[in-house]
Amino acid sequence: MLLSRVADALYWISRYLERAEHSSRVIDIRLDLGLDRIDNEDGWDFDRLYAGLRLTSPVESPQSPSALVDTLIFDLVNPESVASSVTAARENARQVREEISADMWEQLNSLYLRLRQAQADGVWSARPHYVLRMVIEGVHLFQGITDATMGHGEGWQYLQVGRFLERASSTAALLDLYFRDHTETGGAELGHKNRREWVGLLRSCCALEAYSRCYTADLRRERIAEFLLLNPESPRSVRFASAQVESSIRSIAQLTGRSTGERAERIAGRLHATLDYGQVDEILSDDPHHYVDGIVRYCSQIHQALYQTYIAYPIEAALPS
Amino acid sequence: MFAQPSAGPASVSELFSTYQLGEAYDEMFEAGGAPRLHCGGLIQVLAATSAPELVQYQSEADRAFLTQGITFTVYGDDQGTERIIPYDLLPRIITRSEWEPVERGLKQRLTAINLFLKDVYHGGRIFSAGVVPRELTQSCRHYRREMRGVSVQRDIYVSIAGTDLIRLQDGRFVVLEDNLRVPSGVSYMLADREVTKRVLPALFDRYNVSPIAHYGQALLATLRALAPHRPDPTIVVLTPGVGNSAYFEHAFLAREMGVALVEGRDLLVHDDIVYMRTTSGLRRVDVIYRRVDDDFLDPLAFRADSQLGVAGLLNAYRAGHVSLANAIGTGIADDKAMYAYVPAIIRYYLGEEPILDNVETYLCGEPASRQHVLENLDKLVVKAVGESGGYGMLIGPHSTAAEREQFRGKILADPRNFIAQPTLSLSQSPCFINQKVEPRHVDLRPYVLYGEEVTVVPGGLTRVALRKGSLVVNSSQGGGSKDTWVLQD
Repeated sequence: MLLSRVADALYWISRYLERAEHSSRVIDIRLDLGLDRIDNEDGWDFDRLYAGLRLTSPVESPQSPSALVDTLIFDLVNPESVASSVTAARENARQVREEISADMWEQLNSLYLRLRQAQADGVWSARPHYVLRMVIEGVHLFQGITDATMGHGEGWQYLQVGRFLERASSTAALLDLYFRDHTETGGAELGHKNRREWVGLLRSCCALEAYSRCYTADLRRERIAEFLLLNPESPRSVRFASAQVESSIRSIAQLTGRSTGERAERIAGRLHATLDYGQVDEILSDDPHHYVDGIVRYCSQIHQALYQTYIAYPIEAALPS
Repeated sequence: MFAQPSAGPASVSELFSTYQLGEAYDEMFEAGGAPRLHCGGLIQVLAATSAPELVQYQSEADRAFLTQGITFTVYGDDQGTERIIPYDLLPRIITRSEWEPVERGLKQRLTAINLFLKDVYHGGRIFSAGVVPRELTQSCRHYRREMRGVSVQRDIYVSIAGTDLIRLQDGRFVVLEDNLRVPSGVSYMLADREVTKRVLPALFDRYNVSPIAHYGQALLATLRALAPHRPDPTIVVLTPGVGNSAYFEHAFLAREMGVALVEGRDLLVHDDIVYMRTTSGLRRVDVIYRRVDDDFLDPLAFRADSQLGVAGLLNAYRAGHVSLANAIGTGIADDKAMYAYVPAIIRYYLGEEPILDNVETYLCGEPASRQHVLENLDKLVVKAVGESGGYGMLIGPHSTAAEREQFRGKILADPRNFIAQPTLSLSQSPCFINQKVEPRHVDLRPYVLYGEEVTVVPGGLTRVALRKGSLVVNSSQGGGSKDTWVLQD
């Protein structure tokens, strides 16, 4: 038995944390790549970072890494900052403390307190790597503690759905940026700049080493796309995430005694099947932008269907007759 | 990691160099300055520990409270900041023989108060008998006429009480206040114990301390006993929400009991049945441990602007389809004016002498008492009847002439709303402050439960007035707390 409000909060805890982790990694990689640029090619290219994270472009782009760090990591007024995501996750956790384990709460609360301390220290804007690693590790630890200390029941499934839905759509969105930018034909040797960018993409998805083990360090556009979209084993691939989403939604339906084939389950199943049977050459030769756009749309439909069935359902329909 | 070799223990005389005995009862030393027998172990442990070690233990404890989020929200602070209640390292120790009459007295008091509440809402024999003036109910803003003639499960109105006790100069415990609506603080009692065991395990081990960790189960059993007759009743804790100052406690208790923590918006009433909204559809609710005041429980019956309550709850309650703990309308019995009559209430219903005494109290509604109060404003503590949390008080000896004038006006304008008590010297207990052990004033709030029977958790929450000389222990006004040990032998 789970309150709808609690399910809602659990879902958002992990969604916000996934977002904080993903943003931290993408920012970290972007700043790292920026140091490798040759002859000051085109500055830090922060616009690209904003686009890859699907953030609203600021009126005035930050001019330096430390300005970027202040707004995208620490600024609580900016709802899209890493600190805002961690704060929102903690706020949701605070409202369901009786539902999550004490260890989970303490880990999330201490991540929040450390992030605020880092901001107060005032020295990290110039050396942001350590703060970003702290966030990434803090989120990993939270996930580990969650799996180890919370019953894997209905509440846990909402945490899973939130995390993997966020991951599927943010990986897809990041990939989309590269499809739009890099229109070279598949298989061609990548130039220095492009090579650097595609490495950055793999690293942003924790996938460089895994990719190399699979295909060697020979970087090719269609292989990278295949790996990030269709690899069944990489926990960061869209296919993997969609499988987790589908399985959690199916568990929720069973645990709440719903008949099979509810809308959320159908859409999640369809997304998963699309990726299970996807062919990378077809995706690339057809319209890759359209394809990943479709994935993002599926994700938001799953979210809506989940809410209609379990969280914000009309009371009239649920009253005993 | 426990007893580390130290740079050499601070001498006890150094640690206690600023400790002074005064008028008040001292919990550690006898009037002549000799340590009380049961404090010997504590003093020995302090003698073997260096001041830096004690400071380290203190900071370990503070960190434990902060990371666990054991905090309260300060009203009137726009930051909405969460603060930890300051925790004092040194436990307060109460012997078995001191505790035993307190426990019996609390049980007697709660039994009589429940009989009184039933009577108040079913005819009022006690008023007809002339023991308590009837107009006291009519003028009390916590009296709920909606409850007249309504029967509640087992006739238990107050199933959770937190009675404030203080210790007079002669060491006797007396009742300062009954909290019979939504008493709070029990989570601090439990958290203080956990932390003390963690930071001072060796000290804890020297004493035979009565355990309190079963409070969650005891509370659950109490709430179960109140359930309307349905197999496997659903019990919930109703909280005003995350903005409430005691939110941590609400979540803590729900977790300890393994029941859902709900807000008003999670509940709805249909055909006088209460449901909560779950992912599996609507689910019937049988017992609500509500941490929401009467006024905010049901916007249809009480304050219409309340968003914290559940529309239709009062009717479901009156129909007997749901139980509330505590019942609606219990505030009539912890009204500060009614307090003066509790000894008479005990005698009337139980035919016994009260085991725990009251503090001498003057009702300003009575002309002779009022005269006495107005003439002695500089010596008395004046309290507004309907206020709690240490607000709306005049502490005579610490007041200015202007403040006394202001209270004189208030009392004359609405005498029924004020009582006065002599300035009490709360007992003092040793506290670890600025690397020294210094005495501070304390009170004691034991928690009493009434389900199948009346039970008292050994000890309770000791609140500490951390400012030197201060008598105000409320957490909203700079008070702290300390672990409270009742010895088993």
